This record gives sequence, structure tokens and C-alpha cells, in this order.
Amino acid sequence: MSALTFTMRAEPDQRLDLSILTPGRLAGLGEAEIAALPIGTTRELRTVGEVFAVAMGDLGDIRFVGGSERFDRIGEGLEAGAILVEGAVGSRVGRLMSGGRVEVRGHAGLHAGSAMAGGFLRIEGDAGDFLGGPLAGEMAGMTGGTLHVRGSVGERAGDRLRRGTIVVGGNAGADAGSRMVAGTLIVKGRAGATPGRLMRRGTIVAGGGAERVGATFLDNGVHDPLIFRLMTRAFAAGPLGEPVLDGAPMRRLGGDTAALGLGELFVPA
Amino acid sequence: MDAMTTAATINGVAIDDGFAEAFPMHGTAIQITAVSPKWALEAARAMTGFATSVIACGCEAGIDCELSADETRDGRPGVRVLLFAMDRKGLATQLATRLGQCVLTSPSSACYADLVGEGRIDLGNAIRYFADGWQISKRFENQHFWRMPVMEGEFLVEAETGYVSNGVGGGNLLFMAGSAAQALRSAEAAVEAMRRVPGVVMPFPGGIVRSGSKVGGKYKGMMASTNDAYCPTLKGVTRSALGPDTGSVLEIVVDGLSSAAVADAMRVGLKAAVDLGPREGASRIGAGNYGGNLGPHHYHLKDLLP
Repeated sequence: MSALTFTMRAEPDQRLDLSILTPGRLAGLGEAEIAALPIGTTRELRTVGEVFAVAMGDLGDIRFVGGSERFDRIGEGLEAGAILVEGAVGSRVGRLMSGGRVEVRGHAGLHAGSAMAGGFLRIEGDAGDFLGGPLAGEMAGMTGGTLHVRGSVGERAGDRLRRGTIVVGGNAGADAGSRMVAGTLIVKGRAGATPGRLMRRGTIVAGGGAERVGATFLDNGVHDPLIFRLMTRAFAAGPLGEPVLDGAPMRRLGGDTAALGLGELFVPA
Repeated sequence: MDAMTTAATINGVAIDDGFAEAFPMHGTAIQITAVSPKWALEAARAMTGFATSVIACGCEAGIDCELSADETRDGRPGVRVLLFAMDRKGLATQLATRLGQCVLTSPSSACYADLVGEGRIDLGNAIRYFADGWQISKRFENQHFWRMPVMEGEFLVEAETGYVSNGVGGGNLLFMAGSAAQALRSAEAAVEAMRRVPGVVMPFPGGIVRSGSKVGGKYKGMMASTNDAYCPTLKGVTRSALGPDTGSVLEIVVDGLSSAAVADAMRVGLKAAVDLGPREGASRIGAGNYGGNLGPHHYHLKDLLP
């Protein structure tokens, strides 16, 4: 059975809340009912049918043909199934997802993967600030799953990360891994200033180094932890499908001693 | 003791029409790796030392096989270790104690789960507090590890491993020969063949036990005592199971993660001893049991003939 497909008719004239277009929330609905669902965010009503040409298919396999920076909250709360976006998305893609798979073949906005608890989210392009992080006022960031951004990300990626893994193929903005509680954040490129600011526990790897390391991180020397070898193997064999580290020994910096101080930041030796 | 009838004579070796009686055990498997095969074996030997019989050791353990770098979780040489105990609690206690004292302490070692069983049992979870608050938990791709800082660097251990409750302990073969040298050659040949069967261990020294036991004894409190029916020096003064040609007996005890694995091991061990023949090895092969009323697993030698 082919995928349930939403083909964008034209660039939307307002931001759209697409959180309703997940397998769980569409269960039991027919084509006409789906087309009538409201997705606008202003006083101007916008329905699914006005923005997309709907082609019914497998509700567990959803496809967006065409993307927009105004497509917000795609895959929010996803529990199972797959969502593919052939283009860009706006904010909060994959937020609070606990299972399944979301793939974005373009850039993503703010709060991609915000507080996700499970599943796999991949963004082929860049992602905005607060990747995986909580919204303002929330206590918990990511608590599980794997988040992979092939491009670069904005500031404070992995804010309040508690469990799960974030892999960034490009560079990260300032304060990557801020307030981390645990979990793993790997930046293959260069991290901006002060990665791990106020982190309690957890692991940050800045493969291309960091613009500036906070003074409250203490040099632990050069090490080659075995766990990196296992992570590289596991991610290469899993949905990520590629190695995350090159296996070279790295310099370990313990911190942030301004907080609990049990975290670690790895930079090139 | 009643005279044992012979099920078959093959290559001049008489095979008793008897059976080995074995018991259910909880079993688990782990993988120990290190920078070299030597150090993986050092850790494994230490961990499986003094683990010959649950009667006094708390568990029975041994090395299932050596693993090449291609076969291990971290790409280093390794060893697969099996450990058996009478219940889940005993298994957990022995695993934690031996992991902490013998693997954690061994240079360059790491330890991983190597069994997907019916349940999970603590591995690193049981010893992580040795790191005194510096332990680091790592979860990814449905795996959970503990990283423990140690003087050498870091000890990596998986949080849990699997276990089975339908493992089997006490499969056995008795090699009866004219001399101790012949009995030893026969048992050695059998052990060498049995070690190639996956999922089993022979927990006694070199896989062989010379002091097989019977249940109880004449002295109060003795759980087991020498199996006088098979002691060649007691022929004539006890109800001996040995004929006039037998001058020495050795036994192999085999534990396995499944009944099929134990049967396979006994089958190849029997064949190896039979192939050796009575000139070099045993002239008679038997098996130990308790009358068939204690253990649910019965391995009849006539069903395992080569």
C-alpha cells in the first residue's frame, strides 16, 4: 500500500499547525474528513484540503510532497509509523515523539525534536536553535530516541538533554548541550562558544573542537574511551546508518563545575 | 551394585545401557574482551576459577569459547563465559561477585551481555557503585552500559545480561580404563571434542573430574562423598560398579544453556572416546545417575551412540 500523501498546492499564506497529521490522530478518518481538518493558526480558516492535495494511502506511512518553513509541529507526539517531508519544515518537528520515524529532506526551524522521548528523527539540512530542547518553562528536554541532523544547528542544541542521543553532522551554535542532565550530544563539526554550559552529567563530543571552552571545565587529559567504539558500531548498524566518531583519542574536559560537574566534553587531542 | 548391562560395543569400547541424570539450572552468558587474547583469558579464567560444583562453589562456570576480534562487541579479542546456579538469586550473586573481583580488576577488560534469555539479570548494574559516584550511564540503540573510572582508565560493562531458567547441569560421562593414563587420554579426547559444541561448559579442572561423588555420606552434614562404587581401589570391599579390568575412572560433567546442547556435547564426547579405542583410552563408558528420580533430564547413552 502506498503512503498517505499530502502534496502542497502552493506556499501557505500563514503558519500551519500540522500536529494533527500523524498516524495516531488520523486513525479511522476518511479522505474527506482528513481534507476538512483545520490546520490554520490565524483567524483565517485553513483546512488540509485547501493547502494539500490528499492522496489516501497507508495511514502509518505519511508523506509530504513539498515543504515550507511555515509547516510547524509535523510529527508532534508521534508514537509509531513514519513521516517523510520532501522539503523544509518549521518549528517543533518531531516534538514529544515517543516512537516511529520522522525524516525531513530540508531544513528545520526552532525546537526540532523538542523533548522527544523515543523514535528516530532525521533532518537532512540545518536545524534552528534549541534542537531537542524544552519549550520555555518546561523542565525536561529530550528523554530518549535518536536525533540526527546532517547539517548545522543553532544555539543551545540539546538543552536539558536527559537521555537519548543527538548527532549533528555540521557545526553547532553557542552553548550546545546547555543544562544537560545526561545523554549524549555529538557534534562532528565545530561547536560554538561554551558548550556544556551548566551541564550536570552527560557527554558532549565536539569533533571539530569548540570556539571557546568555559573556564569551569577542567582538563582530564587525552583518552580513548571504549564506549565510543561501541557507539560508532551501534549507530552505524542502526537507523542512523553511519559511524558517528572517527576513533581518534580525544581530550576530556570535566564539567560544568559551576553545576554538578559530572559531565564531560571531548575535543580533539 | 547390580551389574550394568552393555548397550553396545563399538570399536572395542563397551557402552553401558545407562543414562546420565541432570538437573535444571539457571544459566547466563557474558562476553569478556581485552587488548589481547591473553588478557581476555586471564579475566575469564579468574572469573571461572573455583566454580566446579554448586555443592561448594555456589555456581558452576567455564569458558564456552574464545572469540576473535570480529566476533566481539567492541572489536577486541574476547572470551564467552557461561555461569550456572540453582536459582536466579544465586546466579545474580555469583555473577556480581565474580564480575567485581575478577573482571573489573583485570587489566584492559570490558564485559558485555552475550545471551538473549527469558529474563534479564544485573551485570554492571550490580557493581557500578564501586565507582563511588563517578560512574557514567550510557544508553543508546536499546543498549545500556556503565562506564566506571578505574586506576588504569575506564571499565566498560553492560548493565544487564540475559539468563535462562531451563539450563541443564550435571550431564556426564564416565571413562573406565585399565590404567589412569588410559582414562586420562580418553577423557582428554572427549573434552577436546566437547569444547567445540557451543553453549556448554565442562566446569572441572581441564574439563575432567577424578573424584565423582554420590549424594550424602556416612558422616553427619556431608552433602556429597566419594563415589565408592566407581573407586577402583575399593573393588571387592564395596558394592563396586567396576569390573576386574578397570583400574581407573574419570568423569566429565557438562552444563549447558539448553538440554539439546548438553546432549550434543555428550554425543561428540562419546564418539571421541570411542574413536580412541580401548588400547589408548577407555574400555568402557558409562554415565552417572541417582536412579532417575531426582533429575528430570535423562541422557541415555544408547541414544547418543556414534
